[in-house]
Amino acid sequence: MSNKVIHALYDDDDVLLKAVKDVREANHPIEEVYTPFPVHGLEKAMGLKDTRIAITSFIYGLMGLGFAVWMMNYMMIQDWPQNIGGKPSFSFAENMPAFVPIMFELTVFFAAHLMVITFYMRSKIGPFVKASNPDPRTTDDKFLMEVTVKGDEKELVDFLSQTGAIETKIVEKES
Amino acid sequence: MSHYEAPIREPLILGDKSYHDISNDIAAPIEGKANKWWWTVFIIALIAFLWGIGAITYTIGTGIGVWGLNNKINWAWDITNFVWWIGIGHAGTLISAVLLLFRQKWRMGINRSAEAMTIFAVFQAGLFPIIHMGRVWNGYWTMPIPNQFGSLWTNFNSPLLWDVFAISTYLSVSVVFWYTGLLPDFAMIRDRATKPFQKKIYKLLSFGWTGRAKDWQRFEEVSLVLAGLATPLVLSVHTIVSFDFATSVIPGWHSTVYPPYFVAGAVFSGFAMVQTLLIIMRKVSNLEAYITRVHIENMNKVILVTGGIVMVAYMSEFFVGWYSGSSYEDFTYLSVGAATGPYWWAFWALIFCNGIFPQLLWIKKLRTSYTFSFIAALIINTGMWFERFDIIVINLSRGHLPSTWTQFEPTFVDIGIFMGTIGFFFVLFLLYARTFPAVAQAEVKSILKSSGDGFKRARDNK
Repeated sequence: MSNKVIHALYDDDDVLLKAVKDVREANHPIEEVYTPFPVHGLEKAMGLKDTRIAITSFIYGLMGLGFAVWMMNYMMIQDWPQNIGGKPSFSFAENMPAFVPIMFELTVFFAAHLMVITFYMRSKIGPFVKASNPDPRTTDDKFLMEVTVKGDEKELVDFLSQTGAIETKIVEKES
Repeated sequence: MSHYEAPIREPLILGDKSYHDISNDIAAPIEGKANKWWWTVFIIALIAFLWGIGAITYTIGTGIGVWGLNNKINWAWDITNFVWWIGIGHAGTLISAVLLLFRQKWRMGINRSAEAMTIFAVFQAGLFPIIHMGRVWNGYWTMPIPNQFGSLWTNFNSPLLWDVFAISTYLSVSVVFWYTGLLPDFAMIRDRATKPFQKKIYKLLSFGWTGRAKDWQRFEEVSLVLAGLATPLVLSVHTIVSFDFATSVIPGWHSTVYPPYFVAGAVFSGFAMVQTLLIIMRKVSNLEAYITRVHIENMNKVILVTGGIVMVAYMSEFFVGWYSGSSYEDFTYLSVGAATGPYWWAFWALIFCNGIFPQLLWIKKLRTSYTFSFIAALIINTGMWFERFDIIVINLSRGHLPSTWTQFEPTFVDIGIFMGTIGFFFVLFLLYARTFPAVAQAEVKSILKSSGDGFKRARDNK
């Protein structure tokens, strides 16, 4: 199945933001918006849901903490308890204060790295991934809105030009 | 959308820049050719680096005996350099994380280079404990991995092991934070590159970044959470480094003030190093519009505050040592004994470079001068090296037993390794300056309308 989309190019973030609102009000579905930098308020204007990535980070942090506790308890208390410098390792509770630094470090380690990996996977970025921005200028100073064509093509192009688009292009999209 | 910013705030981006101008300015050092200055400094740094590699090879081949260490002073330049470098490696994450949480926009002009500097400094720091092991090939013993000895695990009660975890977490999280921020900028260079090889490289480096709205939303959330994680992390790293000393029983080391005082000292020296590099870089890479007097002055203010904290710590250490009346406290690194003893020069170098000289930054004229800031940064860097030297060598040079009292004499190997790490650091930084976007251009673009000179003027004159 192939469907037609229009790529409308803008050269100002404020114009884009207004255009996004207008296009949505006129009930044209916005497929995607490509911007060279984070435009504040864009995700609200597009109606994107809040990202849950911070929640995953919290869970990963708890995993890291749990792993640290398990690891040190196993290695220092269970597997091979030793009397080091008159500080015997025979109970986790008594040794716990010395374990706090590594408990903290591993919490951060897990929370940070696994969150970033989640981000890369969710946004499909990573080594050897081919960039799919339709216009190379969108990483420089142009903003591109991809609108699905529903109904009259000509009318939509005119409407987009009215919202301030400097260029419009009709593209057949494979999907 | 309102881009209002109070007129009293000085612009952070000078000149009438457009979004496209920013791309051009940031890409220019990468697309252009290196000039004579770059090559001169690079070759000097490379020679120093090679000298360092020679000294390291000699150390590993022969043993730690080639250093100037002796029975009493068993830690000296190696650990001094380690703490010095790791301290320098604190500014980058502080700038990118703490200033992000405080929503300081001036961070955006300098965070990329400051983070690069951090990462390169932590590399240098990491070298020293590894070389100091003597048998470097057994370095993996610091990792809690099952082994053929039983398994004999690492000792999680030891601050030295905490160091291993703290520094590797810090280094890896800093790299990831830095790299994620670099993706949109690599993508910008990828999309404008004309040479095929360059295009290929930046294609690979940019991880296929496209700038979709959802990606940006996640990107910003990830940056915020990473900043939140990195802030306590950066404080924990130098706290744990200070535990190496503070949990021991050597007079002068066994001190509860160490963790906060080390952290303040780290920020102090780190900002000084950022100043040193950026004052040169803004000229060489033509970034004067993005790294302005405002940035330099703000960094000087941070230096002034952290320098003040360090000075208060010195004074309290000195006072408490004297007030205790204990004779053992009279030879610690901050004491009358140190000020008048054989290491008087190291003591006074510390007081002058870290305590007295930075006070000149209270004067606005000096604080906003590039030349003076550069000189001040070099002096502070020297002072912070002496702080670690004093803590380690002066404290060890006098023990409970007077027959062990001795002095430390560095050998050419000690000096060679130190110079080598400085060379290595500059080699990395110079390569970075020619191949990486040195300013976080995507972030700078997002504040252009509020803090750009041209936009501000247009708005204020309306």
